[in-house]
Amino acid sequence: MKKNKVLVQDLITYAVVFLLWGLVGILEATGQMTSLLRGLLVPLCIYAILAVSLNLTVGILGELSLGHAGFMCVGAFVGAFFTKCMENTIPSVGVRFFLALLLGALVAGIFGILIGIPVLRLKGDYLAIVTLAFGEIIKNLINVMYVGRDSSGFHFSIKDTTSLGMDETGVVLIKGAQGITGTPRAATFTIGMLLLLLTLFIVLNLMHSRTGRAIMAIRDNRIAAESIGIHVTKYKLMAFSISAALAGVAGVMYAHSLSTLAATSNNFGYNKSITILVFVVLGGLGNIRGSMIAAVILTALPELLRGLNDYRMLIYAIVLIAMMLFNSSPKAIELRSVVMEKIKGKKSAAKEAA
Amino acid sequence: MAMLEVKNLSISFGGLKAVDNFSVTIDKGQLYGLIGPNGAGKTTVFNLLTGVYKPDSGSIVLDGLNITGKKTIEINQDGIARTFQNIRLFKELSVLDNVKVGLHNHHSYSTIEGILRLPRYFKVEKEMNEKAMELLKVFDLDQEFDYKASNLPYGKQRKLEIARALATEPKLLLLDEPAAGMNPNETAELMETIRFVRDNFDMTILLIEHDMKLVSGICERLTVLNFGQVLTQGETTKVLNDKRVITAYLGE
Amino acid sequence: MSFLSYLINGISLGSIYAIIALGYTMVYGIARMLNFAHGDIIMVGGFAIFTAVSTLGLPAGVGILVGVVVCTILGVVIETIAYRPLRGASSLAVLITAIGVSYLLQNVALLVFGSNARQFTSVVNVPSLKLAGGQLSISGVTMVTIITCVVIMAALTTFIKKTKIGQAMLAVSEDRGAATLMGINVNRTIAITFAIGSALAAVAGALLCSTYPSLTPYTGSMPGIKAFVAAVFGGIGSIPGALIGGIILGIIENLSKAYISSQLSDAIVFAVLIVVLLVRPTGILGKKINEKV
Repeated sequence: MKKNKVLVQDLITYAVVFLLWGLVGILEATGQMTSLLRGLLVPLCIYAILAVSLNLTVGILGELSLGHAGFMCVGAFVGAFFTKCMENTIPSVGVRFFLALLLGALVAGIFGILIGIPVLRLKGDYLAIVTLAFGEIIKNLINVMYVGRDSSGFHFSIKDTTSLGMDETGVVLIKGAQGITGTPRAATFTIGMLLLLLTLFIVLNLMHSRTGRAIMAIRDNRIAAESIGIHVTKYKLMAFSISAALAGVAGVMYAHSLSTLAATSNNFGYNKSITILVFVVLGGLGNIRGSMIAAVILTALPELLRGLNDYRMLIYAIVLIAMMLFNSSPKAIELRSVVMEKIKGKKSAAKEAA
Repeated sequence: MAMLEVKNLSISFGGLKAVDNFSVTIDKGQLYGLIGPNGAGKTTVFNLLTGVYKPDSGSIVLDGLNITGKKTIEINQDGIARTFQNIRLFKELSVLDNVKVGLHNHHSYSTIEGILRLPRYFKVEKEMNEKAMELLKVFDLDQEFDYKASNLPYGKQRKLEIARALATEPKLLLLDEPAAGMNPNETAELMETIRFVRDNFDMTILLIEHDMKLVSGICERLTVLNFGQVLTQGETTKVLNDKRVITAYLGE
Repeated sequence: MSFLSYLINGISLGSIYAIIALGYTMVYGIARMLNFAHGDIIMVGGFAIFTAVSTLGLPAGVGILVGVVVCTILGVVIETIAYRPLRGASSLAVLITAIGVSYLLQNVALLVFGSNARQFTSVVNVPSLKLAGGQLSISGVTMVTIITCVVIMAALTTFIKKTKIGQAMLAVSEDRGAATLMGINVNRTIAITFAIGSALAAVAGALLCSTYPSLTPYTGSMPGIKAFVAAVFGGIGSIPGALIGGIILGIIENLSKAYISSQLSDAIVFAVLIVVLLVRPTGILGKKINEKV
């Protein structure tokens, strides 16, 4: 019986994705799709994947990470770099993109393990600030990285393009703060939807497996989990690195939706990590469907409010504060439950009367 | 035949000897009580036995295996499971899932098999569900299997903790004040359950308890701890009639 | 000589971080929350002083006073409206609310002052000091910043040790429940903490903008984050920790800008933080926390 409940919940989550997909299809078919909306489609998928994957760390594992954009950044640059390098070796854009996605996820996942080993020893706010620090370090390092290739192979520098010392056949692949240019825009809405479904599949199935239970047990009570033989570090690392790998996938998507990829603060700074965290918190910790929906709405909303121009971010801020107060303030929660009781009471009274 | 042999166990925190030269031998299948006034160091003994603290000196041998200084998870795999004085359930998980986490190491499939839902996943999950429900039945928790653990009433939370500990298939079960906060009826019922567990699971049980009715009712032997030291140990009735024990509890 | 001047400038920058970090650390110690909007209070302070001095033509001293008053009121208002209702809620909820407040302040400033950088006129009119026959020059702002930081530290330490309110703050940070039972008005104590922290942010804003005179709605966020790092570095909740953390951070940042790479200075600062936290998980002067089983 209980199993069915879980299954139904998961199916609803997948259904929401198909609903969105269908909605976009209808808009396209009826010619209602504006260019503004069309530009939003791929970002929607990217942010939904980011939110779902961060929920694995924050909601399921219970560790506050402020460095999710860092893993996205790793995925983005690994993916775009691979695509650039393989331009002539693998002619098919689709195959190259597929391999870039795999590689981006893999490298971001490895970064997740490498960063997770020291970070996951810390607790609470300390862990949060260190993840933020790692995210910023990744962004800064990529900003000073110059990589080029000529007939003799790869060249690397952290100063400028001339110090790469390439011969006349040389091509600069990563150009410091200017990043990578000329990545084909291979990320489409369809691919985004498929990747979102894949992300959901991985995270939901993980949650309802032996591994997921162990992860949630550690979140709820580390000491008790240890006492019944759960390997805390192993499962923490696993959750953290899977979350990072999925952020890497979103990063590769992101890189292939832009013509120029640069590691600016806007793209991969801590503010980006915080934006993703807001989706997760508003959608509900541990609530995978919620974080996905919150990501879609909150990504679309400010763009759809473009008409309000200067006021849109202000409105966003006020809505955010108001929602947090409404959702989390002990008084508001009490008030809500009182109101709910009254409604229920009325209903049952009505039933009795009838 | 001894299940647990503890010799000269000591630990101090910042100069204070919390447990001083503690020794005990518990036979297989015994129901053993560890009693003593508040702050005597009883829970510290449990924390030493389960590897939460490393002893400064002394040795712990479980069923012939030296487990001194091992990590908590290793000790659990070697065969000690415990409950906690301040209940430590996985609050957000269901009652069933709490027990299933306990089954983690004995019923296994890989993470990949779990994510891809390969046949082994379904097979092992089915096994786990059956086993977990069986355990829940013992503790009369099977009706509430899909409740969130934190929504259970207090007495049932304590029982769920025991069920979860048993799921790890221990040789020795440590219960830290299992009757705390229970009313006399619940306590009487708990005594039955503890006896049942000992008889049907071939369990050796060491428990800390303040409820003297429970202690005298089910414990075969007792050790009395006072200021970190063993005051006396032996058969329950003898120990409970010992003048020194009465003085330790009630003062001069 | 150049090393010495980099070092002194680093101490000066570190003093600003220390003053900001004080606000972070006091609020964290007492309300157990990461006030992500603290950096933006600095920005508000900067704009308040800018408006008073450059637009209204008031003297610099009055300008600073205006900044302090505006920020103090703002801090208390934010605490009352946004944070007080969340007392008892999860720390993550409070964190997200603080982020919301941060967005709000930035966007209000954006609406009022626009996104173009404003040229901030220094509020410190002290001539620079020439030492070693003119080889080493220390600017007036640098000296004033360091002195201000020392004075603030001394004053704050005395305040907490000697006054009733200071003792109440200590009590609330030790154990809020027990403090309530002892008859301490927790809400008032927290409000006062926010008031002090925000007033300090205004002072930090004046010093920061006098040193780096370009003022935008985002001026406060990076120094805010760095000051937060400084607070964690020194042991969050500890006042001398904020001082030590701030100064060390300022020195590392300035020296790595000078000798390694200006683009990598932030990365180096963050890397040092990580190393410190791995060696001492609660910072240099932080208290060790043990979970009781």
